[in-house]
Amino acid sequence: MYGNDFGQPGATDSRAGAPPHPLNAAETPDYTDALAEYFDGLIEQDQRVEPRDAMPEAYRTTLIRQMAQHAHSEIIGMQPEANWITRAPSLRRKAILMAKVQDEAGHGLYLYSAAETLGVDRSELLDKLHSGRQKYSSIFNYPTLTWADAGAIGWLVDGAAIMNQVPLCRCSYGPYARAMIRVCKEESFHQRQGFEILWVLARGTKEQKAMAQDAANRWWWPALQMFGPPDTGEHASTGHTAQSMAWGIKRFSNDDLRQKFVDMTVPQAQKLGITLPDPDLAWNEERGHWDFGAIDWDEFWRVLKGDGPCNEQRIRTRVEAHDEGAWVREAADAYAAKQAARHEQGAVA
Amino acid sequence: MTSGTWPLWEVFVRAKRGLSHVHAGSLHAPDREMALRNARDLYTRRQEGVSIWVVASEDITASSPDERDSFFDPAADKVYRHPTFYDVPEDVEYL
Ligand SMILES: [Fe+2]
Ligand SMILES: [Fe+2]
Repeated sequence: MYGNDFGQPGATDSRAGAPPHPLNAAETPDYTDALAEYFDGLIEQDQRVEPRDAMPEAYRTTLIRQMAQHAHSEIIGMQPEANWITRAPSLRRKAILMAKVQDEAGHGLYLYSAAETLGVDRSELLDKLHSGRQKYSSIFNYPTLTWADAGAIGWLVDGAAIMNQVPLCRCSYGPYARAMIRVCKEESFHQRQGFEILWVLARGTKEQKAMAQDAANRWWWPALQMFGPPDTGEHASTGHTAQSMAWGIKRFSNDDLRQKFVDMTVPQAQKLGITLPDPDLAWNEERGHWDFGAIDWDEFWRVLKGDGPCNEQRIRTRVEAHDEGAWVREAADAYAAKQAARHEQGAVA
Repeated sequence: MTSGTWPLWEVFVRAKRGLSHVHAGSLHAPDREMALRNARDLYTRRQEGVSIWVVASEDITASSPDERDSFFDPAADKVYRHPTFYDVPEDVEYL
């Protein structure tokens, strides 16, 4: 969901009406055999598909859904950390956290901008978020209870996001891939500042150490869920993965990315002196990977469908911000109108 | 008017002196001045640019993907526009 796409049982998401636009509308109504051949050729040669290329309708809707949900995750993801901006323990931490949260707003805008190249309007995607018709990553439905959570989010949540997003820099859809390159450049600071927060706490007082451990305990499993349902077995995804991989949207399976993340993170946890909350975590010599315990997929679907600790609060805050920010947009309009009138007067005089 | 109806602007950033402006992405804004300010905040938070252009998306005329063959084909059979086309002795310098 955070750079991932998986079906949710009963989810609705229809193709948005695409107003024709000289630069950005995908011109797909006459998707003939010749065009299909051209598109397949691009994918086969690992070339990029660009906004006005003919493309299968399902490719287009899949991308819109994935980019929209990715964008929503970025802007909803501002909330849990923004919760600590006013209470950051130092001016340094406060400046860093503000910069990070501002980056996440930027990531959302890059992604909405990329989605708009497919002929949808940002306001329409926001409407879908506000009315619950499009989702965002379930990770942001957990609360940030202590300052250490700001660290755990940077370290684990941004760490997992990077793992998901790096392969997307080679996504077959050009505007998405380019947005991801920009995003990935910015993410590495996010992960490092989170690790640093925990690194300081882990070497602090007994209480600070306990705070770091507690945050890791609460964020570890939800972070593993960020990669989406397993590729096989009874909890397997409802099946976007194979098609997305064939289209070059997705480059690695959910389980592969999850394993990479575990392998990357376990040594980091050891360095921090944090015990990851999984008794089954063990190095598997034969596989050359860390084994880990079973993920609670029932919890995952429950939270995704709306029954997490903060779902209601997140959407309410988002809608309030949008509604209460209306005066800013109106003021911008008034200013633009005034400037235009002045300009006109100047031209006449 | 709401942000939903604000026009779309394409943003071009010159990364440093000596380089061309390169397309960075797009954004919505009520007018060109605010588009420029928004572009600064959105696309140059880390000094990625020394100059920004914003252009109303609707003012851009683009070639159509439908005619990509007929549009670019005329250049395909003019290999003599490339230096490698010419047979010259190998031992001539600076050629
Ligand atoms: Fe982000
Ligand atoms: Fe981030």
